[in-house]
Amino acid sequence: MPYRILIGKPGLDGHDRGAKLVSIALRDAGFEVIYTGIRQRPADIASMAVQEDVDVVGLSILSGAHVSLTRKTIDALRARGAGDIPVVVGGTIPSRDEQPLRDAGAVAVFSTGTTIPDLVRGMHEVIARSNVSELPAKA
Amino acid sequence: MSLIRLTTDSGLPVAAVYGPDDSDPKGIGEPGESPFTRGNFPGGYRDKLWTFRQYSGFGTAEESNQRYKYLLGQGSTGLSVALDLPTQCGYDSDDPDIEEEIGRVGVAVDTLADAEVLFDGIPLDQISTSFTINGTAAIVLALYVAVGEKQGVPRAKLRGTIQNDILKEYTSRGTWIWPPTPSLRLIGDTIEFCAAEVPRFNAISVAGAHFRDAGANAAQEMALTLQDGVTYCDAVVARGRMTIDDFAPQISFFFYTHGDFFEEVAKYRAGRRTWARIVSERYGAKNPKSAMFRFGCVCGGASLYGPQAQNNRVRVAYEAMASVLGGVQSMFTAAWDEPFALPTEESTTFALRTQQILAYETGVARTVDPLGGSYYVEALTDAMEARIGEIMAELEAQGGMVNAIENGHVQRLIAEQAYADQLALEAGERIVVGVNRFTSEEPPPDTEGYEFNAEQRRHQLDRLADTKRTREARRVVETLRELEQGARTDDRNLMPELIDCVQAYCTVGEMVTVLKNEWGEFVQPRVL
Repeated sequence: MPYRILIGKPGLDGHDRGAKLVSIALRDAGFEVIYTGIRQRPADIASMAVQEDVDVVGLSILSGAHVSLTRKTIDALRARGAGDIPVVVGGTIPSRDEQPLRDAGAVAVFSTGTTIPDLVRGMHEVIARSNVSELPAKA
Repeated sequence: MSLIRLTTDSGLPVAAVYGPDDSDPKGIGEPGESPFTRGNFPGGYRDKLWTFRQYSGFGTAEESNQRYKYLLGQGSTGLSVALDLPTQCGYDSDDPDIEEEIGRVGVAVDTLADAEVLFDGIPLDQISTSFTINGTAAIVLALYVAVGEKQGVPRAKLRGTIQNDILKEYTSRGTWIWPPTPSLRLIGDTIEFCAAEVPRFNAISVAGAHFRDAGANAAQEMALTLQDGVTYCDAVVARGRMTIDDFAPQISFFFYTHGDFFEEVAKYRAGRRTWARIVSERYGAKNPKSAMFRFGCVCGGASLYGPQAQNNRVRVAYEAMASVLGGVQSMFTAAWDEPFALPTEESTTFALRTQQILAYETGVARTVDPLGGSYYVEALTDAMEARIGEIMAELEAQGGMVNAIENGHVQRLIAEQAYADQLALEAGERIVVGVNRFTSEEPPPDTEGYEFNAEQRRHQLDRLADTKRTREARRVVETLRELEQGARTDDRNLMPELIDCVQAYCTVGEMVTVLKNEWGEFVQPRVL
């Protein structure tokens, strides 16, 4: 069974070239991808992640509001008992914000310029790490 | 292996050499004459240079007002207002759902009180102002008219543009509010209002730039934009209250210029010619001004890159030159640090200087359409025109633009092109200096992201709270009720109601909520 990834666009920013590009690229790489569409509330993204039983949540944010929106999404996942779903962040992320994003609970950051092979490899690593405690792992 | 690609960015094949037999023998006509291949005006830039219009706005109205005055002091000849996302999507600054977005990518405008500060000391009868505003465009137009009245500037003297192009928001930019039908009605209201009362104002700027930024190539950008233009004209003509000549002269266009130099020049020349033919043949326009395709452009966006970011200065300069050789009316040159942050005063000034050097030192403005008659440019203009026509025919076959948006055709077209371009970049087929060739290990520049601090937030929230406390509550209720009534019948023009609301200091969020209750909200189609 393929791994499932939810690509979410929290906040009001509507630039989703990256979100769509990542969705197509991950699908081509064999993942099952659900794209939320733009302008989603963090709580709605969390609910969708639980409902769809995804392995990873990827947030795409270009407005600069990434730290706050990531924190809110992770809090919403935890509030739904789904704090174990790893969250990764992509978009225009200055390197100085990587640590604040990790402090908020994000497990990986893929900023603009990440190549598709690096993204796919990164996603597999994130899933492998999060599955260490879950046996048996998905094939 | 040669590193030179033999097709343009839009995939048009290019021959080794061009001659007189390679373009339409019917010729290209004269500048200032339909179909305007050689430009809209017989005197070109000799009579009037393009407008230097730097997109700017952030934080509070006070800060943006200062930046506007600075830019005007440095030789900018028009303003271009960036509004924050809550204002664009119809939320007030005190809405808890959007707290992290206030003042971030543009200035926060909740009520007329903010707009008054934004234009304080800027004479609206002397400069033109462009607003990148769509979902709430009619409200922003009402605000501008109201500020003008406060300054004693009559409506007939106001100059500027509201983008007011909702169709591309549904596919590429995302600041939609209502579904297509009521949105087209409201756009029709603004077009009608401007024709009657604000004759020097562009009621709409049909924008391809956002298709481009979302991944469309140059031919797709132009075709999608012209098809949107057709959709708006159809909607206004269908109301039966105006002919094409009553409103077409107040339609303008807006694009991204990217790096494929001659293709960009050809894109603009082909765009002018295609629009002139549409307006004359499809709508039977009599006034030559109706057929005129006047456009602004932005250089930068997705054509700029993070690695070796200083290279972006060169990219923007070439793009600006292509735009001018294509006959642009108004231009924004992005700052080199755009991939990282809002521009600093230094970086935005440099970007403005790029235009000034182009205008005053290079000599490109000296004669009209300097590339006219070039075998290659004319052949490429013809090829571009043909490709644009094919894409428009596909859109018509989808049942028109609204259907092509609702069934996801447009979104898929753009996303697939973006993906193909990304694969070409990663495979090294498309070369970007410093990104996939001639790379270097260089840390990203130390740019400061713009952060709306706690004090600015409090300032904005305080002004909103003060406005709500001191305005006349009865007038607020009455004007909003009138707006609600007006929204229920299609045969009323809502602009007078919106101006009344604005003058009663209703908030953007209050007006939007009333209309949402009547009209509902757009539902995004699942496209992937």
